[in-house]
Amino acid sequence: MRKNESTIIKGSKKAVIARLAGYFWRYRIRVFTAFLLMVGSNLFALLGPYLSGKAIDAIDLKTGVDFGAVAELCLWMAVFYVVSAALSYLLSVLMIRLSQKIVRRMRQDVFEKILALPVGDLDRVQAGDLINRISYDIDTVNASLSNDILQAATGVITVVGAFIGMILTSPALLGVFAVTIPISVFITIKRSRSVRPLFRKRSAKLAELNGFSEEMLTGIKTIKAYGREEEIVGKFNEKNTAAVDAYYAADYYASLIGPSVNFVNNLGTVLISTAGSFFYLFGLISIGDISAFLLYARKFSGPVNEYANIMGEIQSALAAAERVFRLLDRPAEGADPADAAELRETEGMVAFKNVRFGYEEGEEIIHDLSFQAMPGQTVAIVGPTGAGKTTLVNLMMRFYDPQGGRIELDGKDIRSYTRKSLRAAFTMVLQDTWLFEGTIFENIAYGKEGATAEEVKRAAEDAHIASFIESLPDKYDTVLTDGGVNLSKGQKQLMTIARAMLSPAKLLILDEATSNVDTRTELLIRDAMAKLMRGRTCFVIAHRLTTIRSADLILVVKGGDIVERGRHEELLERRGFYSEIYEAQFE
Amino acid sequence: MKRKKETKTPEKAAMPQDMKLSKKAGRRNMKRVLAYLLAYKARIAGGLLLKIVGTVAELVLPVIMAYMIDEVAPTGNTLALWLWGAGMLICAVAALVGNVAANRMASKVARDTTERLRTDLFSKSLSLSARQIDEVTLPSLVSRLSSDTYNVHNMIGMMQRLGVRAPILLVGGVAMTFVIDPVLALVLLVSVPFLTLIVILVSKKGIGLYTRLQRSVDGMVRKVRDDYTGIRVIKALSKTEYEGESFKEINERVVHDETKAGVTMGITNPLMTGVLNLGMAAVIFVGAYRVAGGAAKVGEIIAFTSFFTIILNAVISVSRIFVNFSKGGASAARIGAILQMPEELLPEKTEKESDAYIRFDDVSFSYGGAAALEHISFSLKKGESLGVIGATGSGKSTLVSLLLRFYDADSGGVFVDGRDVRSYDKEELRRKFGVVFQTDFLMAASVRENIDFERGLDYAAITTAAGYARASGFIEEHGGYDSLLTARGANFSGGQKQRLLIARALAASPEILVLDDSSSALDYKTDAGLRKTLIENLSGTTVIMIAQRISSVRFADKILVLDQGRAVGFGSDAELTENCPAYREIYASQHEEELSAGKGAAYAEE
Repeated sequence: MRKNESTIIKGSKKAVIARLAGYFWRYRIRVFTAFLLMVGSNLFALLGPYLSGKAIDAIDLKTGVDFGAVAELCLWMAVFYVVSAALSYLLSVLMIRLSQKIVRRMRQDVFEKILALPVGDLDRVQAGDLINRISYDIDTVNASLSNDILQAATGVITVVGAFIGMILTSPALLGVFAVTIPISVFITIKRSRSVRPLFRKRSAKLAELNGFSEEMLTGIKTIKAYGREEEIVGKFNEKNTAAVDAYYAADYYASLIGPSVNFVNNLGTVLISTAGSFFYLFGLISIGDISAFLLYARKFSGPVNEYANIMGEIQSALAAAERVFRLLDRPAEGADPADAAELRETEGMVAFKNVRFGYEEGEEIIHDLSFQAMPGQTVAIVGPTGAGKTTLVNLMMRFYDPQGGRIELDGKDIRSYTRKSLRAAFTMVLQDTWLFEGTIFENIAYGKEGATAEEVKRAAEDAHIASFIESLPDKYDTVLTDGGVNLSKGQKQLMTIARAMLSPAKLLILDEATSNVDTRTELLIRDAMAKLMRGRTCFVIAHRLTTIRSADLILVVKGGDIVERGRHEELLERRGFYSEIYEAQFE
Repeated sequence: MKRKKETKTPEKAAMPQDMKLSKKAGRRNMKRVLAYLLAYKARIAGGLLLKIVGTVAELVLPVIMAYMIDEVAPTGNTLALWLWGAGMLICAVAALVGNVAANRMASKVARDTTERLRTDLFSKSLSLSARQIDEVTLPSLVSRLSSDTYNVHNMIGMMQRLGVRAPILLVGGVAMTFVIDPVLALVLLVSVPFLTLIVILVSKKGIGLYTRLQRSVDGMVRKVRDDYTGIRVIKALSKTEYEGESFKEINERVVHDETKAGVTMGITNPLMTGVLNLGMAAVIFVGAYRVAGGAAKVGEIIAFTSFFTIILNAVISVSRIFVNFSKGGASAARIGAILQMPEELLPEKTEKESDAYIRFDDVSFSYGGAAALEHISFSLKKGESLGVIGATGSGKSTLVSLLLRFYDADSGGVFVDGRDVRSYDKEELRRKFGVVFQTDFLMAASVRENIDFERGLDYAAITTAAGYARASGFIEEHGGYDSLLTARGANFSGGQKQRLLIARALAASPEILVLDDSSSALDYKTDAGLRKTLIENLSGTTVIMIAQRISSVRFADKILVLDQGRAVGFGSDAELTENCPAYREIYASQHEEELSAGKGAAYAEE
């Protein structure tokens, strides 16, 4: 995934902005309200300097202090400022709620995308990378949405308002002040352009680091067992240094912007003060006007100064959004064709016809494979490791699609069904057990929508895990943590078997289903397995040949080809590869 | 109802660690992180100084301006006006140089502090004992390493940049207003208690809110990890929609916590601005009387308003700092909580020794609930091999955890090479072992790196080990030792992965080789071949083989039969066949077609 990231398309910034705008568009009424609030709050705030200038003029000694006017103007100032503050709080609440809505949607989109990705793609990504996108990247976007955009927009209004204020107060002083404007604009634009790639790099390096630490923490037991802590920390350190350096590089340039622009502003103050003094000297301007003008000039430069910082933040947000969108743009598992049928009921007849497949281009693992399983039959697939047994399951469940040939269910290409309905026709117990963070009840009930406590209990009993569950203090409400670390692999496997028991599916895949269950326990659950297999077309992948002796069809797979096929006795008589591996277990 | 429960659980799981933290402990943890800054105190002080210079220079600008308007302009001395103008310019330049230099130093300090903090956190995470990790949970560690360190990085940078500048501007601005007109300044100062109150109240609340938010983020991380590993099952059971739904709730909780924190913190800025602006109106009003009474000049009121703008901006900055600090502080406390965890399983002085090479002496152990091992005793001579067999949950893997001292036994003693494992330095103990765990891990790196595992082994040692592990063949097929594994080794089959792991365990010629059910994905033929190689080539190595199949352990000199944490048999294959009913039972179940043909066929004939 990261490889794609480094090739950054030009003009992608616009596309990213357009997409973010798309998220905003969904909440256009709120956005519009926010805009109104923002304009209102800023206009009230902008009236402040005008009023204070007027008030100061009213203090002017030449004409005597007009206390009535001063009091009235000050009162108005107070009112406007209070209203402005109230509006701006309302605005920030609204913006937070708005950005949270957007962020929630993005997070949901990302999560659902992760689930929708082809399994093969997901295999190539680190969990840490995904976590990084769904937490850090989206957080960055969020901070930007709720804060920076608001500030930027406020800034624009303030700048425009202050500019108008300056024109109205003293066009002559504005002429002097205007000298500084192109300089600050130039600095800001130039800097933010050079900062953008730095922010992008910062995100990428941080993602790399987080991916690494997640991966290593997953393997912590092994690292400890081999005493490799120092070396791994060393490697971490390298990536950490790269990450903080990238952060620093971005920070460094971004932090130049503030003082530079500030300098230009101060330059403005110098010019205005000097020129203002001259103008005052020649009676061209009132003191109140100089005051108002200075306040406007400060107001004007405030956002321009902030603009640089905000742009920095927005740059990093855009880089983060880009990474999120890249993930969202990865093709999901091919969409079902429009005419894909909903698989409702199946006889359970499965046929492989001249199937060819390889995980990588040009590395074919399965060559021209054909066989047929009749409804209710048990097909066993045996062979050495790496012969492609699990691949057959991946193909049947459409985790991958074959490059040649076809797989049929009830005589129809499985690609003509929707993936969802096709998979619903299968139930499986895999070599890799999977339990999630939740109670035992939830984990078992996962196999069937709306399973009752009774059903779950029965399934657990059938899978011979009930007595273990009952022995736990919380029984079925015991919470399994972190992939079920507090269970042995065998116990986990029994839970997944119980889960499969609940499923009404017609097709059953047992991929080394009992490899983690010791043989004694396996013996105990045999009748349960018999129950599980009854009425289902079963595909059994097993090394333990005892479990497949009486399969209706045994396929001996070697190097992606079926080298032998038949029933147990026939295969033994043939004295071929099957009998060789069969005998190996008694050596 | 069911749904409710599920969403509650992650929180519950993450709770103990954080809930136990009193506020005091939280502050202590936070301080622990902030103490990292002490190492850079000289640089921070230097940066601070520069910042002060730059900021003060900025503060002087309005003063000069007031002077120009009130004193210089009326005299009509144009030369003086020019000179004062030039003086302002110099101040402006000083502000630029000082601030740039200070910001640069601040970024550097933030970088170096974060780098050290993060590395320390990572290495501390690796050194946590298994029990401590169980307590904190892995996803929480992951998010502390990523999003919490990031928050702290942000905080350190910002605190130096704004945290210094804003108070100086604030204090300096207020001081200047006093210089100009103390009475007017006092009017403005009336607002200070209000401002302080706002800051204190809000930031107090903020830290709690952000701590809660980070906890919700932990839950989210957990969900993503869970589903990432279980994607095949989720798809097979067509549960993607269900998972999407359950994520929705976790997402909702994060959003809820974040909104709450944001709305709370968001009140500071408008409130403070509002209070100050009211003060400003009051200043002008009072100023009118002062000017009328001849106590103040108009130019001073203008300068006052200029300072006022500076003060206002400083206050806004302060409110931003407080948001940032609340967030960073909550994260710092979470990081500190890990850093302060005591080093467990340190070497202890023990008197006891044993003449046996490996010995379990009346060992009992539990993970906290029911006993996992009870009164286990056995011993091995050097070079002997041990097979361990037993039902699922009988405590086989726990045996390995105790041997490697991932946990300490509750009672009894574990001895390796004659010494109590507790007397070893961890490194020293573990260097003796080559281990493959039940669920072991392969990195997204080359085959060679995975076998070497950062030990800097010879290429020859690696290829030999791969040969012993019967992995050479498929490694060549995959494109040799430099070919890459994807994350979790997903591009290799289960059996291939196990053989890579066995190669790793063998590569450094360990004194003790532990294989915990690590040939389960191998077919019988490969498994038998592997055993043959082990027996032929590793005669000096003490092999501990945990397995479910009798055929995998029969070769061993001694076999330990476990049943629900108790040893029910110990001896050679022949002895056990003779006098251990449990062993015979297992044997029978695995070879029944020989003994009682047909009995087990029932299930497959359906």
